[in-house]
Amino acid sequence: MTQGLVPGSQSPALRLRDLRREYKDVRAVDGLDLDVAIGECFGLLGPNGAGKTTTIEICEGLNQPDAGVVEVLGLTWAKSADQLRRRIGVSLQETQFSEKLTVEETVGLFRSFYGTGPSVALLLEQVQLADKRRGRVGQLSGGQRQRLALAIALVGEPELLFLDEPTTGLDPQSRRQLWDLIAGFRSEGRTVILTTHYMEEAERLCDRVAIVDRGRIIAQGTPRALISDLGAEQVIEIAVAANDGVTPVAPAAAAVQAGVPGVLDTRVEGSVLSLRVERLHTSLPSLLDVLRREGIQIEELRTHAPTLEDVFVALTGRHLRDE
Amino acid sequence: MSNLPRPGLRALILVRFREFFREPEAVFWVYIFPILLATGLGIAFRSQPAERVPVGWAEWTNRRPDLFAALEGDSSLVVTRFADSASAARALRNGRVTLLVLPGPDSLRYRLDDTRPEAAAGRLRVDDALQRAAGRLDRLATGNEIVRERGSRYIDFLLPGLLGMNLMGSGIWGTGFAIVDARKKKLLKRLAATPMSRSDYLASFLLAQLVLLCLEVGTILGFGVLAFGVPVRGSLGALLLACTIGSLAFGGLGLLAAARPRTIEGASGLMNFIMLPMWVLSGVFFSASRFPDVIQPVIRALPLTALVDALRAIMLEGASFAGVGRELLVLTIWLAVSFALALRLFRWQ
Repeated sequence: MTQGLVPGSQSPALRLRDLRREYKDVRAVDGLDLDVAIGECFGLLGPNGAGKTTTIEICEGLNQPDAGVVEVLGLTWAKSADQLRRRIGVSLQETQFSEKLTVEETVGLFRSFYGTGPSVALLLEQVQLADKRRGRVGQLSGGQRQRLALAIALVGEPELLFLDEPTTGLDPQSRRQLWDLIAGFRSEGRTVILTTHYMEEAERLCDRVAIVDRGRIIAQGTPRALISDLGAEQVIEIAVAANDGVTPVAPAAAAVQAGVPGVLDTRVEGSVLSLRVERLHTSLPSLLDVLRREGIQIEELRTHAPTLEDVFVALTGRHLRDE
Repeated sequence: MSNLPRPGLRALILVRFREFFREPEAVFWVYIFPILLATGLGIAFRSQPAERVPVGWAEWTNRRPDLFAALEGDSSLVVTRFADSASAARALRNGRVTLLVLPGPDSLRYRLDDTRPEAAAGRLRVDDALQRAAGRLDRLATGNEIVRERGSRYIDFLLPGLLGMNLMGSGIWGTGFAIVDARKKKLLKRLAATPMSRSDYLASFLLAQLVLLCLEVGTILGFGVLAFGVPVRGSLGALLLACTIGSLAFGGLGLLAAARPRTIEGASGLMNFIMLPMWVLSGVFFSASRFPDVIQPVIRALPLTALVDALRAIMLEGASFAGVGRELLVLTIWLAVSFALALRLFRWQ
């Protein structure tokens, strides 16, 4: 159905080499390399301000790089802008469509710019907005607006979809609904490149992710590979209780490092001590012994399997989102 | 739909209409407001016979009952007597009387503010009545022939002005706001990521404006003709051409004002900066010739002055195309320059 499925297509969907973009006092993109294969769902994961949006807008032809190579579907914006605009679909971060138009009028407007593509009715069916088609855009909820943006991204039957934070600010239910839709595009054979700062979104949707920080890619691979590269099977987080106004986190960390087997890494954040361990069942009993011996009270103890968030923390020492 | 040529342009124009007519405020300002304004001003300044002149009579100087009786007998005057100088001065100051008569035994003095035109006119009338009462004889017999012609009333002067002002407002606001709003909402950026022809996008504003223009001119002109009998003496073709070029020139200025700003506030400031001098100087409510001669060339070069002058010449003086050539040229230059600049400066992101 889409050209992306044609076997033997030579060019990758996206090729970036040493991409650079500087604003007044910030290096938004600072020497970024990236390859995305046809048919892949690829995620750019990183905190706000990491350079994800600048990178994706350069790929969409909406922003000019200061230096570097940008090839989209084997073409460059300088030579083939018109063709590229016909072949890609875009959902920007927070576009507000005209509130006075109805849903179907809005999709119809965008549909009119493309020679071929699915009908408005079909598109609205696909994003589950068929019952809202005569409703004004101003009346839609956040999740419905994001689905409208997706329908509009699909009007030209694109081979390559760029989705910039497609689920930011949505409630969990709307987010899951969008995930199902995006997973659907992927199974239709389209290439999807999305940005997100939700690690569960990247883990759930993406074949591969690149972790972006300060305008560079600091790690990339499949979510599973990135996580297993941590070498950790489990993460333990202990909230240390205060004792006479003092929270003895540092002594706790020192004691754990000295006396608990199988600890790969300890990290202190406020009153929380966070450990990456090889095996929960060997580390946890001795951890509890050590803390009891040192007289350290535990306020809360949690364990979880490591996520991309833990990968990011391990690589940068910071969290994806400031919470 | 896609069988007809330029589906994108047609869809964009349709969007312009929908956005306009679904905005009740815009419809009010473009169609209802000028009619309300014309009605109000037409009634306030309706033609009527000259009013009676209020005159003060100083009783404390020297009583001349003979002259007072003559003054009171004049039907064009209303005489108030003042017993003391202070109350007379107060009445003169606040305009309750236009002049004060100070009768002496063998002479008269008038106290008046010579910067007030009605005081000078009042003085002539009072002096005439008193001189006659004192025995002056007129050497020439005189009489009046009253002519009250359509086209010389204030409403006739005002309506072309209001029409011009309205075309300026709808042209500049209509284009400017919609574009800056779309930029602020990142809709411009989103559109720039599609194969949409960028010149189609800008053209859709002007083409939609031309259709709305017909409704606007029809409404205001129709109202003026039907409700007040405002004349349209010249060529209707010339009138429509002047409105079209004028409206497009203002559309171009709106495009220029909206070429860069990212916020509605920034754009409003710019649009008001463009329109304010024309509201004041272009002779919408009173003749622009009242301003000093030094700035007349500037005033005459403003697009609103050109449009209003052309409309008045066509409607009131019966001018044809040739009669408004200079004004049409001024408008065409504004149109070309504002467009060329706007296209150079336009920012999609």
